[in-house]
Amino acid sequence: MQFYGIETASRLLLGTAQYPSPAVLTEAVKSSGTEIITVSLRRETADGSGAGFWDSLRETGRRILPNTAGCHSVQEAVTTAQMARELFDTPWIKLEVIGHSDTLQPDVFGLVEAARILCEDGFQVFPYTTDDLVVGEKLLEAGCEVLMPWGAPIGSGQGLRNPDALRAMRAHFPQVPLIVDAGIGRPSDAAQAMELGMDAVLLNTAVAKAGNPAGMARAMAMAIEAGRAGFEAGPMERRDMAVPSTPVLGMAEFA
Amino acid sequence: MKIIVNAKPHEVAGATLEAALQELGFTSPAVATALNGAFVARGKRGDVQLAEGDRLEVLAPMQGG
Repeated sequence: MQFYGIETASRLLLGTAQYPSPAVLTEAVKSSGTEIITVSLRRETADGSGAGFWDSLRETGRRILPNTAGCHSVQEAVTTAQMARELFDTPWIKLEVIGHSDTLQPDVFGLVEAARILCEDGFQVFPYTTDDLVVGEKLLEAGCEVLMPWGAPIGSGQGLRNPDALRAMRAHFPQVPLIVDAGIGRPSDAAQAMELGMDAVLLNTAVAKAGNPAGMARAMAMAIEAGRAGFEAGPMERRDMAVPSTPVLGMAEFA
Repeated sequence: MKIIVNAKPHEVAGATLEAALQELGFTSPAVATALNGAFVARGKRGDVQLAEGDRLEVLAPMQGG
């Protein structure tokens, strides 16, 4: 699997928010086997509390994907991306331009505009988007080489609300890396995304809010691996009726 | 002069962004800055002059999804 030319074996991208403690986060990162973790930027206090977190991130040795979470305008998102590039020394940015503060639905118009500005400025953009095909096309035209459609609203854990739309995205963009971002609640949701042919899954709350985050991180990694293997193996078509799997020919007659 | 730092008013004597950051105690290298909504790169902080009422954002790495 490659994102912007960077090879990664794991198809799980893990968020770093909402863990009970930094130690639990570190443990979850390890047991997930992830190679890419997402982080954010927030207001610093004069005591330098952000520096400690930055040190612990670097200790994980994982590649950093900074986000623009919480940005509601193009300018906010672009400025945050520029700050993240300097701070984390990476051209990667998970671009979020949020339309509603309650649904956290992407503002796809602002998203395309911000993506165009950032791609022209040399960023490698991972846009958090809906499953709309036309928006996907506009994002690719803007210079994105990855698309991150939602599975369900951020933090909802509802699983894939519209698997058919994701299947359509896979068919429409056969060569574009697709990452389901947001909405995954259980390992079966992650496996389903992978069976549909998604290239990877980005999740956070499902692991951070599990009873045992490290255990759930491992379970997600296994589900993603299983789902991918299933997709590659070519699942059978569904049938409306039963079809005997044991041959009927050669049945004995006892009556 | 009075400027707004991370949404709170502060009195600073320094004329440049670099000087104000020192004065306010933001000495960590793990911060990024924006003035009045626009990013200011680390290397430019010494050149940027502050004015009364400027809005400064000082951000650091934080947990995120």
